[in-house]
Amino acid sequence: MFPDSSKSFDPPKPGLWPAFGLVSFLFFVFSQVFAVLTSPADLMMGHMQKMWYVHVPAAWVTFLSFGIVLVASIYFLVKEDERADLLAASAAEVGSVFCGLTLMLGMLWGRPTWGVWWSWDARLTSTLVLFLIYVGYLALRSFVEDPQRRGQWSAAVGILGAINVPIVWMSVRWWRTLHQLQTNPRSLSPEYLRGLLLNVAAFTLLTIWFIRRRYEAARFESAAEHAAQKAALGDNDG
Amino acid sequence: MTTKKTKWGALAAVGVLVIAFGWLIYGGLDSNVVYFLTPKELLAKGADGYDKPVRLGGQVKPGSVVWDDKALSLRFSVTDGTGEILVHAKGAPPQMFKDGQGVVVEGRYGKDGVFTSTNLMVKHSNEYKAPKQGERPAEMYKSLMKSAGT
Repeated sequence: MFPDSSKSFDPPKPGLWPAFGLVSFLFFVFSQVFAVLTSPADLMMGHMQKMWYVHVPAAWVTFLSFGIVLVASIYFLVKEDERADLLAASAAEVGSVFCGLTLMLGMLWGRPTWGVWWSWDARLTSTLVLFLIYVGYLALRSFVEDPQRRGQWSAAVGILGAINVPIVWMSVRWWRTLHQLQTNPRSLSPEYLRGLLLNVAAFTLLTIWFIRRRYEAARFESAAEHAAQKAALGDNDG
Repeated sequence: MTTKKTKWGALAAVGVLVIAFGWLIYGGLDSNVVYFLTPKELLAKGADGYDKPVRLGGQVKPGSVVWDDKALSLRFSVTDGTGEILVHAKGAPPQMFKDGQGVVVEGRYGKDGVFTSTNLMVKHSNEYKAPKQGERPAEMYKSLMKSAGT
């Protein structure tokens, strides 16, 4: 059992988080509107370029979420603190949604620009693998009943799966791909950069808020799980 | 109670699974199995390069595009600066297809020296440029098709 499971449940306090969520959401709306209104049509792809302000930030928070899974998983294995496991699970859930969003937007963008929805190049394939690792991680959690063993198994997958994040990032440099290289400030007109940076910041804040909300729910779920276990054990003892 | 022994056993088992899974996936992306060949590399294969499904990547050689809008037949040369291969594709190209654009074509290189494409993909660069005075975005395609079609 976890060291702290004998203590009474101390529910996570909302504190300033509702305000954080509201500010993040308003900032997100502002960033999207700002980016769409201030960026001129791209010379090559016209207004399809606007897709960029969702696709790139979504990809970024996909990586960020897996970074949180990695750190929380290591912390869990070292300290055996159940809360770290719940944080990792919450980040994985949010990250998997954004990873799916990145893939879908990429396909919607690929069709008009590349001419195909999908191609098995290194960037697309490794991103799909990242999505499968996310889904596999979440599936594994639902298969293991014992919270401690669930934490250990999923932490192992969380740590090993994180290897794929730098592979996805570097894939466009390590292999020839259909997907273009990472954009850098030198490869784009300044009109586009501000909108992108704003949206990256907005997506980051929103993601942190989503993970926090999911973590709060996970704490309550786990408290209910522990209470049910305790009740079951009590019945057996008679 | 989980003992230390089963904990590390579980870790090792998951580790083996993930490595095996990763090896399977990335084995196919090994540097020997490249996503596309450049014209120079395909030509260097000689007779080995004929009639095998392959991807060819490079730039559309400026001035080489011939579009027949009746037969929906598109001919152009793909170049990497040194080598050059004539490509024959069916159907209208993607919107961003133009002179000098990076492309990847899937198909077979025939003994007659023509690459028959079954799938034409346009490779976009990581550059985003606002149009300068007088340039009109996304309409160059139409003008290209108009001039090439008649």
